[in-house]
Amino acid sequence: MPKVIPVADDLSQPFWDAVNERRLVLQYCTICNKLQYPPQPTCQVCGSADGLEWKEVEGRGHIATYITIEDGRLNRRMPDQPYNLALVTLDQDPTVNFYSNLPGVPAYQVPVGAAVELTFEEVAPGQLIHEWRVAA
Amino acid sequence: MTSSNNFQWRRDRDGLGIWEHRGKVAIAGYGHSPVDRRWDGVNLDTSLGAYTIMACEKAMEQAGVTIDQVDGIVCCDSHIAGGSGGTASQWAPRPYFDPPYDSEYGLTLINAQWLINTMGFKNVKFAPTGVPTIGEMVGMASQAVGDGVCSTCLVIYPTGNLEGRYRRGGENAEDYARGARQWTVPWGNHGGNDFINIFPHRQYLQKYGGEHDDLFHFVTNQHKNGMLTPWGYNATHNIQPISEEDYRGSRHILRPLRIWDCDRPVNASAASLFTTAERARDLKSQPVYVLNHSQHNFRFRTTQPDLDEVEMWTDQQAARMYEGAGLGPADVDIFNPYDGYSIMTQFFLEGFQWHGVKRGEALSFYAGDISVKGPHPFSSSGGNLGNGRTRTAMYTDSIEQLRGTAGDRQVTVRAETALCAFTTPSSGGWLMLGKYPS
Repeated sequence: MPKVIPVADDLSQPFWDAVNERRLVLQYCTICNKLQYPPQPTCQVCGSADGLEWKEVEGRGHIATYITIEDGRLNRRMPDQPYNLALVTLDQDPTVNFYSNLPGVPAYQVPVGAAVELTFEEVAPGQLIHEWRVAA
Repeated sequence: MTSSNNFQWRRDRDGLGIWEHRGKVAIAGYGHSPVDRRWDGVNLDTSLGAYTIMACEKAMEQAGVTIDQVDGIVCCDSHIAGGSGGTASQWAPRPYFDPPYDSEYGLTLINAQWLINTMGFKNVKFAPTGVPTIGEMVGMASQAVGDGVCSTCLVIYPTGNLEGRYRRGGENAEDYARGARQWTVPWGNHGGNDFINIFPHRQYLQKYGGEHDDLFHFVTNQHKNGMLTPWGYNATHNIQPISEEDYRGSRHILRPLRIWDCDRPVNASAASLFTTAERARDLKSQPVYVLNHSQHNFRFRTTQPDLDEVEMWTDQQAARMYEGAGLGPADVDIFNPYDGYSIMTQFFLEGFQWHGVKRGEALSFYAGDISVKGPHPFSSSGGNLGNGRTRTAMYTDSIEQLRGTAGDRQVTVRAETALCAFTTPSSGGWLMLGKYPS
């Protein structure tokens, strides 16, 4: 069923442009050597915007935990219920995390701790979102 | 009106030392409206505006203060349901009524100016706009009175609720996710403290053991305490406390979060009157003294706060509050943390180490005797789970416990200090009250 479609803004446009090219790029502070996601105007560690650049990261992570949405409030997702919402940490920096519906994993059957890899899903013509699937 | 931005009132940093006004500010009275599930859209005597006027009059009456003596009004004018409130939070496009109900103000919103105009306050000199939620408002008023910005200040917290499913509609009904929602909504997270806290809660269970449904001890006790709160929704609507079986058999919202882990949105209003300790001693009712206030607004380091962040944040909140009050965990008699979702309360209990509870011990603590007549009367107010989503019971119960006027809810242990809050792990504020000023 259709997911809600993200709308890029000035700050996030490079991120979504990359996603639409099937790449995952995160902000990286060259001063702090720190990745950050979601994008912010400044580095959340040093507060500077000068060191921020976009850096492509390796799409590998692990499932930290999950819930299953049975009675959510989003109209567009109600037909999907129940569905999983997992918290995925990035292997390259586990303090960075993402949400995932874990495509292919039945509701309630999430393997917590399992490795996942990046994938992409089209939510509107020409608009992808980043997703994660359990690694083969 | 004064903008809150002009007044440096927050105590939201580490290492501020003992609060300079410790024991010099007091709460002299409070008033609560009836608590309805929703406003019916017809009877203006039960509107949010009418209930707020009633709460203000009760607070002034209890304190023995006249309307002309009030020189400060701190009132939150945000929708409790937020931007996704839909029909439950906004009266328009339905036609308005005769003044003073000729706009959203009085029906779904209240602010200081509406109260000044409607109630006829003549001497208000501190009426900030952009006021945050009650968790911080009590600190704002405490600091304003302590600093001499005003001397007799009403703090008012209205919580409106109209017909319609809470937070269904608005941006939750849209096909597109803008702003911060672009990072959460596409995957199904509509935002809110249920989502923010359910993930660290699951990590908590993974790390320390226990089952989610072990929370039934806490939730059912909140319902019992709610029945002992005469103004609360449960008590006034004869909502009998749920049983363990009721809890375990209830439907899931965000599994493992159940419906009974969530508070019930209501239409109500409450007011409390802050003044100087010196003045309070000559007023009508027994004052309770403010020993410290603190706030926090921690920044998420990534999409979703995890257990490590939540534990760090709540440790930091406790350190700030205890330092400013000059007290420690063993000094706190009454502990009324926020419980709007049952899944976050353990983080506060363990962070503040009330009754010696350490990280990972909350569920076993809940399984002991936490009744108001027992040795560990945790959340004696019944909170929001037991009284409805007024976000006020934590404060009114603390006042009554210190005064010794809590009736059937009165604890049997010492009641000389009380710690109360409306806060989430990431943002909000705490208030430490004392029966004595020092």
